[in-house]
Amino acid sequence: MIRLLMRFLRPYFPQVGGVIALQLVQVTASLFLPSINALIIDQGVAKGDTAYIWRMGALMLGVSIVQVVGQVGAAWFGARSAMAFGRDLRQAIFDRALTFSSKEVNAFGAPSLITRNTNDVQQVQMLVLMTAIMIVSAPLMMVGGVFMALREDVGLSWLILVAVVVLGTIIGILASQMTPLFKTMQVRIDTLNRVLREQISGLRVIRAFVREPTEAARFDRANHELADTATRAGRRMMTMFPAVFAVMNLSSVAVVWFGAFRIASGDLQVGQLTAYISYLSLILMSVMMATMMLMIAPRAAVAAGRINEVLETSSSVVPPANPVTTVSRHGELAFSRVSFAYPGASQPVLEDVTFAVRPGATTAIIGSTGAGKTTLVNLVPRLFDATSGTVSVDGVDVRDLDPDLLWSRVGLVPQRPYLFSGTVASNLRLGKPDATDAELWHALEVAQARDFVERMPDGLDSAISQGGTNVSGGQRQRLAIARALVRRPEIYVFDDSFSALDVATDAALRAALANETADAAVLVVAQRVSTIRSAEQIVVLEDGHIVGIGTHEELVATCETYAEIVESQFKNEEVAA
Amino acid sequence: MSTETETTTAKAPAKANERPKYGPQHRGGGPMGHGQGTGEKAVSFGPSMRRLLGHLRPELPRIIAVIAMTLVATIGNAVGPVILGQATNIIYDATVVTRTPIDFTGLGRTLLTALAVYLVFFVLMWASGFIINTIVQRSVYRMRNEVADKITRLPLKYFDGQPRGELLSRVTNDVDNISQSLQQTLSQILNNLFTLLGVLVMMFYVSWVLALVALITIPIAGGVTMVIGKRSQKLFAKTWKATGELNSQIEEAYSGHDLVTVFGRRREVAEQFRAKNAELFDASFGAQFISGIIMPVMFFVGNLNYVVVAVVGGLMVTGGTLTIGGVQAFIQYSRMFTQPITALASMANLLQSGVASAERVFEVLDAEEETPDEHGSLPVPVKGRVEFEHVTFSYTPDKPLITDLSLVAQPGSTVAIVGPTGAGKTTLVNLILRFYDVQAGRITLDGIDIASVPRRELREQIGMVLQDTWLFGGTIRDNIAYGKDGATEEEILAAAKATYVDRFVHSLPEGYDTVINEEASNLSAGEKQLITIARAFLSEPTVLILDEATSSVDTRTELLVQRAMGKLRADRTSFVIAHRLSTIRDADVILVMEDGAIVEQGNHVELLAAQGHYYRLYQAQFAAAITDEEDAA
Repeated sequence: MIRLLMRFLRPYFPQVGGVIALQLVQVTASLFLPSINALIIDQGVAKGDTAYIWRMGALMLGVSIVQVVGQVGAAWFGARSAMAFGRDLRQAIFDRALTFSSKEVNAFGAPSLITRNTNDVQQVQMLVLMTAIMIVSAPLMMVGGVFMALREDVGLSWLILVAVVVLGTIIGILASQMTPLFKTMQVRIDTLNRVLREQISGLRVIRAFVREPTEAARFDRANHELADTATRAGRRMMTMFPAVFAVMNLSSVAVVWFGAFRIASGDLQVGQLTAYISYLSLILMSVMMATMMLMIAPRAAVAAGRINEVLETSSSVVPPANPVTTVSRHGELAFSRVSFAYPGASQPVLEDVTFAVRPGATTAIIGSTGAGKTTLVNLVPRLFDATSGTVSVDGVDVRDLDPDLLWSRVGLVPQRPYLFSGTVASNLRLGKPDATDAELWHALEVAQARDFVERMPDGLDSAISQGGTNVSGGQRQRLAIARALVRRPEIYVFDDSFSALDVATDAALRAALANETADAAVLVVAQRVSTIRSAEQIVVLEDGHIVGIGTHEELVATCETYAEIVESQFKNEEVAA
Repeated sequence: MSTETETTTAKAPAKANERPKYGPQHRGGGPMGHGQGTGEKAVSFGPSMRRLLGHLRPELPRIIAVIAMTLVATIGNAVGPVILGQATNIIYDATVVTRTPIDFTGLGRTLLTALAVYLVFFVLMWASGFIINTIVQRSVYRMRNEVADKITRLPLKYFDGQPRGELLSRVTNDVDNISQSLQQTLSQILNNLFTLLGVLVMMFYVSWVLALVALITIPIAGGVTMVIGKRSQKLFAKTWKATGELNSQIEEAYSGHDLVTVFGRRREVAEQFRAKNAELFDASFGAQFISGIIMPVMFFVGNLNYVVVAVVGGLMVTGGTLTIGGVQAFIQYSRMFTQPITALASMANLLQSGVASAERVFEVLDAEEETPDEHGSLPVPVKGRVEFEHVTFSYTPDKPLITDLSLVAQPGSTVAIVGPTGAGKTTLVNLILRFYDVQAGRITLDGIDIASVPRRELREQIGMVLQDTWLFGGTIRDNIAYGKDGATEEEILAAAKATYVDRFVHSLPEGYDTVINEEASNLSAGEKQLITIARAFLSEPTVLILDEATSSVDTRTELLVQRAMGKLRADRTSFVIAHRLSTIRDADVILVMEDGAIVEQGNHVELLAAQGHYYRLYQAQFAAAITDEEDAA
């Protein structure tokens, strides 16, 4: 955590210095105030000396102004450096995560990256802020208070020690009990969230199976557990302040009692006694603030650790040092002895895969779940890099190509079509911001999406919610296809992109696509033979190996795996006939 | 000299009051993280506040106890310094005035009294804190259950119309925010209110002239808090908003990471982020700064007040209208006076955020519920004849979807529904299960209008397998058992065997005890579908609804899914949203839907002979497949 703080606070060291200086001013001023208060009463009011009151009143106001200026200034610099720190940290994480390849994103998981970029930053930022506007002044107040107290009387200093130790112990015990409770509470909140999320997403199933009572009991259990933990944490929380008062009050009583003996023996003046109590209170207050640190620091440290993990991870896909920026525009795609394995995995996902995709032709990849189809197509736009072997476009290794050039040539429709919040148009223009409406409509028409977009309330400008959750799965797929079409790339990659479509739409879409992608190289991943049987080339994958390449007719005759797939699908199709 | 002792001691609770100031900021981490703006200003503070307090009603005895305890504790808090002051006076009198040895017995007695008072104060405060904690946690627990209950009574329309995250965050983040603000304010508000009242009484008792002078502080303090509070409220609202927007940018960028990369949008996305991040910085810096200066400014106002009172008091002493002791006491009280005001002001801010959250929760609680169940009943046993009689339905009034639809499904028959996406196939499912109610016409089961029987009774007769395989985070066994209340192990196993779940379960190390994780990523799509079929199988429905789409299922598993569905359909009235040729050929009735209307109806042979919509669909889609089959044969 210290490393992280040092690195990201460095630009704001002057501000941080400002905070410390201003806090010093502020604390010093506040140490003077009690004695001026006393003087006004003892020397002014008691003696009826109006002029003195005016004079000391003005002084007190002056000191107050210094104090308020110090505090406000500290708040300014504190808020500024803490928030700037948070901003820079967020940006650094975001920029770093954007360079990640799919491998790193999958390793962290998108939800975890999101949490690290939001909540975790928030935690560390809060620590910086609290430190700047409050905790920094604790040691200053402590030192100042001890100094002032010792100036009054050294003989009573053991009282300070006892009070500080007692208070520190109490708060320490409470805090150490609260930290695990808060952790448990977070887990329980997550559980409650999960239960509720399931209940909302499974609403139809729950209602269809009339399981509302079971679900209510499940929620109640999670709710109860959360309330239990929250109650226990809350009790400790609510003990904190009475305990602080108790220690303060008890020590005041003790100061008067033991002070009386010191006074009796002539070692102490009465006025000093009251001052002593003031300073003791200040010291205890600073102990309390310092222990607040104990409460937030562990959480922030965990968050900082998680942030560091992101910042210290570098992408496995590195842009080339000397990128090739020009290629002939054919769109010929070739896989040459490609293997891919996740680090630490015993089995490679792909092994020794070689084939070429010619422009103007469709190459289909078929194989069962887990055969490595998606991994294979993701190598083309470098979402991963091959562990060995090369993927090349027009004879240039994709790893040597300028990434922007590579991406502009590849149109990917991923397995899970993700739409961004915005409008239909903003999603379609993702890859080509300057596309005209006519281009968009054309793409929609090819993707068989024109009808439903036209029926939407605002046409192209209809709102799309995050992830595309406000359109059906089939519509989402078609919009994702249209989005890829708008860019008019030379290489199309459809990763199981027709699965959510009904048969009629599927057929119409493939017919329209054939015209649109006539000159392009098309790589299609599919489950269904009927989707790909007309492809110029079919690659059959099994457990990361190519077990057959050829046309439908060839493969039926020569490739056992393919014949098996065909057989299972058509037996299935015609079982009733 | 006793004055200063008391002044200092009185400072303690005020310092403690500082804490809530940091409360909401610290808490900020929670709701901010979810892009939830709970900080916006409450729209109608009064009624919502009253309603929120209404939720505390079941805790009335506890609340009364807390009020009583706080009252006593506040008195103790006020008396304590006075007794301690007397102790100081004993020393002062002995050493300064009479110059006699200190009366340690008397001093000891006085200090013991002070100790006792402080102890009582501590116990009372502690106890009331405990009780408040209980009150808040119990109320919040009730509120969460209330919302969860409400969810079971809301129509599906409600959920289809808004993002899931929104509702989730109302139940968790907002309720949590309410809990935090109640917990922090309840304990402090009473305390401060009593202190304020007590001090005010004492001030007027000592000197009404000075009291009036001191009261000038109130409008100043109030004004300052209002001005600052308003500004910080606005800035906090802006902060929440910017945080929410930034968080959704982050979410999108990571969820769509591959697309951002492949579509070459990294630079733009990073740029957008930078802009929004800067916006957040501006807002949050402002908010934190402004809220950070409330306390110092209020202290300053307090000091100002102190000086004015000292000056006026000094003049009064000179004029002989007030004793020194009076001024001393007054100054001490005026010191005690500004602190609760400051505390109350910051509390008001905090409460406002709590009430804003409460309003969002109330919105859910106030949402329109499903129509109450009628009390009719279905015949025993149900045969399973389903009839649609002139049914009209639409999701939005201006877009008619289904108009005047009539159809009959005889017991045990299979009705296949085909048609393009968006033709209204899923809507039929929604209507049969009464997820939505028809707007005109009626649907009957064995001649009984399904709207006239309790939903529960209707749904017990219907089984459902949807395209969207919903499984909950439990074991495979639990998920299958979900189909039937109190299902025995034998029944579960029988259902699993019949639907081929048993086969793949044996290849899992944990077998039926395998826990399906949240994304169910440890099972393939086909396996999940088989489990949902087993679940429906176990529930032994009379009427079955199958949504056949088997997306992303590999071919071998798909065959099993088809077979399992076939078994499930046997002897049951089945509505099948068809995607596969086999089902369509097999069906007793095929409905061809287009734009919410049935354009053709009949069996496979009849419809082919008619050479209409179905024939054209069939030609377009299956010609290829049939040739393939002939090739393969």
